[in-house]
Amino acid sequence: MGHHESNYEPKWGIAKWFDERLPVARMVSDQFIVFPTPRNLNYWWTMGMVLFFFLIIQLITGIILAMHYIPHADMAFNSVEHIMRDVNWGWLLRNMHSNGASFFFIAVYIHILRGIYYGSYKAPREILWLVGVVIYIMMMAAAFMGYVLPWGQMSFWGATVITNLFSAIPLVGDSITQFLWGAYAVSQPTLNRFYSLHYLVPMLLVAFVFIHVWALHVVGSNNPEGLSVKSSDDTLPFHPYFTMKDMYMSVVFLTIYAFFVFYMSNYMGHPDNFIRANPVVTPAHIVPEWYFLPFYAVLRAIPDKLGGVIAMFGAIMVVAVLPWLDRNPIRSLRYRPKARFFFWLFVIVAMLLGFLGAKPAEGWYVTASRILTAYWFIYFLVIVPLLSKMETTNRRMPGSITDAVLGHHGKISEGAQTASSGH
Amino acid sequence: MSVKNTLASFAVALTVFGGIGMAGAAEKAGEHHDKSHVERQNWSFSGLLGSYDKAQLKRGFAVYNEVCSACHGMNLLSWRNLMEEGGPEFTKDELKALIAEKEVPAEPNEEGLTHSDEDGSRLMRAALFTDRMLSPYANKKAAMAANAGALPPDLSVIAKARGIPHVADNSEPSAWYAAPFVGLMEYGSWIVSVAKDVTTQYQEGGADYIYALLTSYAEEAPAGVDVGDRSFNYVFPGNAISMAAPLGTLETGAEADKEANKELHAKSRDVAAYLMWASEPHLNARKSLGLKVLIYLIILSGLMYAVKRTIWAGVKH
Amino acid sequence: MTATMDEHQEGSTRRNFLYIGTGAFASVGMAAVIWPFVDQMNPDASQKALASIEVDISPVAVGQAITVLWRGKPVFIRHRGASEIEEAGKVDVASLRDPQKDSERTKKPEWLVMVGICTHLGCVPNGQKTGDVKGDYNGWFCPCHGSHYDTSGRIRKGPAPRNLDVPDYSFVSDTKIKIG
Repeated sequence: MGHHESNYEPKWGIAKWFDERLPVARMVSDQFIVFPTPRNLNYWWTMGMVLFFFLIIQLITGIILAMHYIPHADMAFNSVEHIMRDVNWGWLLRNMHSNGASFFFIAVYIHILRGIYYGSYKAPREILWLVGVVIYIMMMAAAFMGYVLPWGQMSFWGATVITNLFSAIPLVGDSITQFLWGAYAVSQPTLNRFYSLHYLVPMLLVAFVFIHVWALHVVGSNNPEGLSVKSSDDTLPFHPYFTMKDMYMSVVFLTIYAFFVFYMSNYMGHPDNFIRANPVVTPAHIVPEWYFLPFYAVLRAIPDKLGGVIAMFGAIMVVAVLPWLDRNPIRSLRYRPKARFFFWLFVIVAMLLGFLGAKPAEGWYVTASRILTAYWFIYFLVIVPLLSKMETTNRRMPGSITDAVLGHHGKISEGAQTASSGH
Repeated sequence: MSVKNTLASFAVALTVFGGIGMAGAAEKAGEHHDKSHVERQNWSFSGLLGSYDKAQLKRGFAVYNEVCSACHGMNLLSWRNLMEEGGPEFTKDELKALIAEKEVPAEPNEEGLTHSDEDGSRLMRAALFTDRMLSPYANKKAAMAANAGALPPDLSVIAKARGIPHVADNSEPSAWYAAPFVGLMEYGSWIVSVAKDVTTQYQEGGADYIYALLTSYAEEAPAGVDVGDRSFNYVFPGNAISMAAPLGTLETGAEADKEANKELHAKSRDVAAYLMWASEPHLNARKSLGLKVLIYLIILSGLMYAVKRTIWAGVKH
Repeated sequence: MTATMDEHQEGSTRRNFLYIGTGAFASVGMAAVIWPFVDQMNPDASQKALASIEVDISPVAVGQAITVLWRGKPVFIRHRGASEIEEAGKVDVASLRDPQKDSERTKKPEWLVMVGICTHLGCVPNGQKTGDVKGDYNGWFCPCHGSHYDTSGRIRKGPAPRNLDVPDYSFVSDTKIKIG
């Protein structure tokens, strides 16, 4: 993994014997104990650990739910209610899983926005960023298929709408949707395979999380100053400094999560999903889970089937290629006031799009969705590349992380401050 | 811009939106005093310390048993649930008496028959505690045939399957240039309503709706409204509801009917509470454990913060 | 530095107390969280509710037996004849692997009610039907590993450690028993 030299020294004979054969302890020590981490990381950097916690929670509760759930069109709904009613602690485990998905996304959105704000996608972290986007897409796939499993009205019609996105593809669209369904509509074979895939995708996700951490440990963490680590003064060992900071934030997150699990367990869901799936009646408003709403708004903003689908997937893909859209050497938006303004505008637009995604597709809602969708693409494809060329210097930038921590600003002469030096 | 600054600007933005929303919400509240508005009720089971009122659940079950069960089943519940902890908690003997008359379709007999040789009728047996609270109809078609084509829904999770909308949709502002303001106001009032829901742990939309529905039947549809052979209900979407007023209609004006009106409201409240319990039978356990977990996690957060502070003490960062 | 040695030590004691206290507090929570994840595998409320069944025994003639399902397990109900009862009563209890008198295993001598699962490794012994191999002691014989049970369902030969289990049951009337 990381490039720093190992200073692990086994203390006992058995540890030495083990280390020569399988250096697990050395790996843990090098990567998660003494690993040099920029000393100026703020709380926005704690989401990695929070996400790790939620991944574990989702895996454990998911494996348990699979012991009681029945992936059958006639029995799925009842089996979920069986879990909620009869299984010992079933109500707790199921609430943990369903709300866990939401909190997973809350944490991942903070994580992604932090990455954009502080330029964590820039060289040399492009692969790290791309692996992250892959993880995010896998999360969406897993969450979507998981939402189908209770086989309520929203499950069924959500599945119908999302799988129908693929029918927009010219020529082969219909064949693809039938392939996805295993039938001529969403039905038993669809439910059964979604169950299998809902179990498979998280396993792949775990593998990608490993790659993500690997990629992170090769180049090291970015930091709020966006400066590269220049000396050992710039860093602190991961343990105990960041383990404790991360764990503290994880407990804070768990507290909010527990509040939802115990007191607002159905708040993030939709009442219609407590009505059994009915293939002949569509609910009045089909609304996806909140974490998909901005993309759903983008989909509905375009008055063309294929166009809408392309726009929706495009809205995700522009995020993936961000490292190549923004080639500005200054990473952190702390030192780019113009880019910062447009970034916050983007955050507000994304939230407003989320709001519009939950509204019916009519009247000014559609007009507003179009304007905001336009901004989404203009932000990534026009504003970011333009500012990338314009905003290349900043007088106030400190010379190093240590300087920044000690409050020495503007140490280096104009023209010489490239944040991406020294890799 | 430091994190504190960004947080602060975010808070300002929220406040601004929230303020606009508040104004919008206040405006709405004024115009919204009509009968189609579902009011939020005070329930014994709402909030952090909420729990079911056993007596109310018993009364609610009685309403279900005497009225609703003529058409609606509660397929996800077994009779035994009525004596389990956190529910109406009938005693074993009370429950035995309650189901003494109940029958369920019998399993195939020794000859493998489920229907009588003589008249072809379904063979029945006495209900056991473990039997489900079935619909009185043999199947969907029979249920629809008996109810003029309408299917009485199963009531097991009805209180979770209904709710009240956060903010009314307003997709057609008076003029195009008003749209951004209307939009921001709607967004603001949505944020306010979410904040209100979270601070009150609002999860009783279903019970509120059921209570409102049962107490919002009109004796007659207002002039000019044709509901055919259906009934007129102020809160039902579209107003024309297939279910005839099960507990009575909304009485307006007549002093003499005050008593009847009171009874209608009492029964509706009780049965709404009972249906809420049926949807969320572990609410009591959930909320009481939740409080302990929250207190534990808040203390742990404090301890973790102290540990973090101690470790970072003297380290510039 | 101005801090004296004592102050240093006091500070580190306070720190250690905080670290250990927090660790202990967190561990208690972790331990408590494990229980729901384990307990969910125990029989659920709907399984526990199936705890008792009522069986009509009027059609079972002398010398016949029926098998009913209780909690997913077969229960043998045998209407014993006089010779079987006599045979079961004669046995020298002290010589048995699992000493039990026949009268301890029945509520009415003519009715023998037992869980039909061999106490060795859980197979269902033969001997319910008239043509079955009943083993050396004219009761039941487990074909899996050769355990022989007598007319009272007691283990007489073979690897099984205990007699066939007698479930909790009672006579609701002369022709009806309630198991569980």
